[in-house]
Amino acid sequence: MIKKIFAFLLLIALAGVFLVVLQNYETPEELNLTAAYYAEHGAEEVGAANLVSAIVVTYRGLDTLGEVTILFLTASILSFFLKQREERGKRSVRASSELLRTASAVLVPFIFLLGAYVFINGHLSPGGGFQGGAIIASGLVLLLLTDPLRKVSSRLLARVESASGFIYVGLGIAGIFLAGGFLDSRVLPAGTFGTLLSAGLLPILYILIGLKVGTELSGLLTRFQEVQVPDGGDSPDLKKGENV
Amino acid sequence: MNFGSLALGLGFLLILIGFWGLLTQKNLIKIVIGFSVVDTGVHIIMVGIGYLQGRTAPILDAALMQRTAAAGNQAGASADVGSLIVDPVPQALVLTAIVIGLGITALLLAYVVRLHEQRQSLDISSYEDLKW
Amino acid sequence: MINSILFVVLALLALSSAITAVLAKNLVTSILAAGFVSLLASVIYLLLSAPDVAMTEAAIGSGLSTIIFFYVLNKVRRSGRHD
Repeated sequence: MIKKIFAFLLLIALAGVFLVVLQNYETPEELNLTAAYYAEHGAEEVGAANLVSAIVVTYRGLDTLGEVTILFLTASILSFFLKQREERGKRSVRASSELLRTASAVLVPFIFLLGAYVFINGHLSPGGGFQGGAIIASGLVLLLLTDPLRKVSSRLLARVESASGFIYVGLGIAGIFLAGGFLDSRVLPAGTFGTLLSAGLLPILYILIGLKVGTELSGLLTRFQEVQVPDGGDSPDLKKGENV
Repeated sequence: MNFGSLALGLGFLLILIGFWGLLTQKNLIKIVIGFSVVDTGVHIIMVGIGYLQGRTAPILDAALMQRTAAAGNQAGASADVGSLIVDPVPQALVLTAIVIGLGITALLLAYVVRLHEQRQSLDISSYEDLKW
Repeated sequence: MINSILFVVLALLALSSAITAVLAKNLVTSILAAGFVSLLASVIYLLLSAPDVAMTEAAIGSGLSTIIFFYVLNKVRRSGRHD
């Protein structure tokens, strides 16, 4: 009981701080200096129509590299913590319904296609590597819901992930020699503003980020899925839905 | 009504609700849920700070270019893009923060799984080894 | 004007489902309510002219993290029954 009162007092203090902040908050009328610079020079320097993509990939590219590294570390720690012990018995699963199997057979390719579209067009329209990667991982969720015992090849995921990470850093280093600095997108010519092949290296970098984030999120999902699936636990009647 | 300060208020309330869950709930999974509510609140605050009333998304597409040209004609000079879009920097930050938030949630849940394997309990009061 | 009403309604819905997520006795209800908070937040991002953030939140916050919660819940319940 005393704990709850203490928690309540703590929250009231926090609420007081928030109230003061809210009262003194003045809604800005103009962009601050950094944002105004990005808005004015982003189009000519980077050549990307989507300014958020320009900032994520080029201006703050180092942040993105760190972020992808954090995701990689998370995936490694997860595989360490959720290591399977072999002794558990077979897991029996109800066969999923006809509706779900048909829907996933029809929809999953299109979901993957949408994910690829979103990260290829990241510099033109809303979207990009993170969104596309998350959409691809959601497609994997649908696959796993249809067939909970499905094995996802972790070797393939690891290969795609490390290859895209390696190429990403390599292109970043190429920016030091061929353009202004690490992860500078002006290695390639800027192209026509607003077309698919524009903004120099940015679309390629964003595609690599998309592949890396997609495989990392998929790896994370399969880790949690494997926790429930003991080794060799596949039942014959579930094999039918596997020709996706 | 200004969306920016409304979003700030909403985010603060979500943070308070999430902390209330973190501090009072006994179930480990409920604690992780409280954490993810706090996470969402922080993201809403960050996007709200970058919002400017009556402006559009920071994407320089054909529609925005038309608006720039129209504003330029009215003013007699060319209006720059900077007066038509919201701040893109907080959006870029929140973009990465959301992905990292998922990573943190996954780590917390992995710890929950391991703890449960050891003691077969989700109640936080059965983990008192570090209590003094 | 419509946008303001929509914003307030969404904010109230988000707050009530956040309270449900924190206080509900049933863990399944709680997880679903937390996912719903994320879904509402993604619409709010759209109103705050942040379509990029909205896409990320919709895919990650309400899709992937909910499914991870359910995997863990399933695992915890299963091993609780066997041992």
